[in-house]
Amino acid sequence: MNHAIILPILIPLLTGALLLTLHRRSKLFKRTLSLLATGALLPVTLWLALLAGDDVLRVYALGDWQPPFGIMLLLDRLSAVMLLLTAVLAGLVALYACAGEDGRAPNFHALFQFQLAGINGAFLTGDLFNLFVFFEILLIASYGLLVYGNGAARARAGMHYVVLNLLGSSFFLIGVGVLYGLLGTLNMADLAARVGSADGDTAPILAAAGFLLLVVFGLKAAILPLYFWLPRTYGAANASVAALFAIMTKVGLYAILRVFTLIFGGEAGELAFFAHDWLWWLALPTLVVAAIGALGARNLQEMISYLLLLSVGTLLAVFALGSQDSIGAGLYYLLHSTLICAGLYLLADLVGRQRGALAGALQVGPGLRQPMLLGALFFIGALSVAGLPPLSGFLGKLLMLRSTGVGGAALQFWPLLLIAGLASIVTLSRAGKQLFWRNNGAMATGPLVDPLRLGVTAAFLLSSLALVVFAAPLQRYLDATAAQLLNLAPYLNIVQGAGA
Amino acid sequence: MEMLFAITLGVLVASGTYLMLRGRIFPVVLGLTLFSYAVNLFLFAMGRLATGAPAVVGKSAEMADPLPQALVLTAIVIGFAMTAFVLVLALRGMGELRTDHVDGQEPNA
Repeated sequence: MNHAIILPILIPLLTGALLLTLHRRSKLFKRTLSLLATGALLPVTLWLALLAGDDVLRVYALGDWQPPFGIMLLLDRLSAVMLLLTAVLAGLVALYACAGEDGRAPNFHALFQFQLAGINGAFLTGDLFNLFVFFEILLIASYGLLVYGNGAARARAGMHYVVLNLLGSSFFLIGVGVLYGLLGTLNMADLAARVGSADGDTAPILAAAGFLLLVVFGLKAAILPLYFWLPRTYGAANASVAALFAIMTKVGLYAILRVFTLIFGGEAGELAFFAHDWLWWLALPTLVVAAIGALGARNLQEMISYLLLLSVGTLLAVFALGSQDSIGAGLYYLLHSTLICAGLYLLADLVGRQRGALAGALQVGPGLRQPMLLGALFFIGALSVAGLPPLSGFLGKLLMLRSTGVGGAALQFWPLLLIAGLASIVTLSRAGKQLFWRNNGAMATGPLVDPLRLGVTAAFLLSSLALVVFAAPLQRYLDATAAQLLNLAPYLNIVQGAGA
Repeated sequence: MEMLFAITLGVLVASGTYLMLRGRIFPVVLGLTLFSYAVNLFLFAMGRLATGAPAVVGKSAEMADPLPQALVLTAIVIGFAMTAFVLVLALRGMGELRTDHVDGQEPNA
């Protein structure tokens, strides 16, 4: 048993607890500790990702209680990729927060670490109830992060976010309860085996439980009827928090992918892939409303939130296709969209700081003090997020479009994705014109961009280039990830091997 | 017993849903609480309802499934913490927004 598997949960959890007990220490101390812990995640997760590359499923049985009886952590390629993405994102965001945003709340770094523990746990766990617990950890930390610092908008958006998610948690418990009541297990691999051999009579109830889980994950991922909280919440959040939250919708997508390819996947008998049609028809309208929302957004953060939503719709659609190519392409796009949206949130903050009272409002205001620098960054981000060559958005979209093959799915997906891309180009160029090109003759009075914030933002936006340069090995890894996800036999063996 | 249990759950869920649809924060929080009670009871019932069956092996001929009890304990603790948090948030919202409407502003304001 490899103990490194639990490190991505333990490091932030212990650091968070330590930061809480030492909360009277100096800011410098807390920053150093937080940065060290977040930085330590990077080599650990990178190593785990390389380790997972040999296609062996690694199980970490907590307390050495063998699955399916104990709680297990499961490291496969998918969880390793998500962990690595989280570590990269969190490391950069923590650096950005250290430039001053953490000053307004004494426990910012503790909350940040707990948030990371929750996110990493959700990616690692192989147990449905544990997934619930880690969801709660990441949620309660996110509630704190969202509303820290004052502001009426934040209190307003925070209330909606909290109440919605509490209701979502209740639904999650009902779904988990039904599955346990009928199948007598909560281990995901064990569930996958038992759904397939379950009584025909129980299938509708199992499907109902599956739909309840879909509602919960859909709320986290912000898919169509459940997305209304997202633009407001993310629009109100602090920049570094919003950037970290770019991974949160992906947690929902990850859970959808995990549950509906493993538990209700190829081995589920008559329930096999039952949700995929629903996912498809939820994803396409999400894509449409996100594009419309982006066109109608009145400030920069809100627009980026809709672009994030656009990526959620896109990803859900390719995951719903469920082929190896489409999931692999989707995962590439997932990496890209998380990093770029996070970068854009930070850039919006940089722009907002210089414009002062106008902040990110999309109207002509005073001229920026560094229009070339910020404009160039915005240009890179816009190219990337809209999916224009030569950056990673283009590559991701190309891979996804190709993976739909020829037929009905392509006929529905291609026009929507391309028109949504056009809509984002229109809204991004309009925003660019209003923010960087035109001004009302006055000069912005905000401070010059400080080098740390600038560096982090640039790193996020330029990661798009890195994703292109390393596209071939990445794509090989992600394709293998998709193949591993769809080949359920090793997952089922985890339980059967131990049970024998 | 199953019937009584089911009716109890139904009443809790119905009252909870009604309260959650109200416009003020306090009824909404109460609604969430009732709803989570119902969910906890439901989760508990997933180990099947029985009387006189301890969740210990070998104490009696029949034993209850201990896992749902453990799950319910976890869920209760989490639900409790979340309710406390919502109340604190609601109080802060009251302080900042000067209203207890869930949208943070009076409907006709």
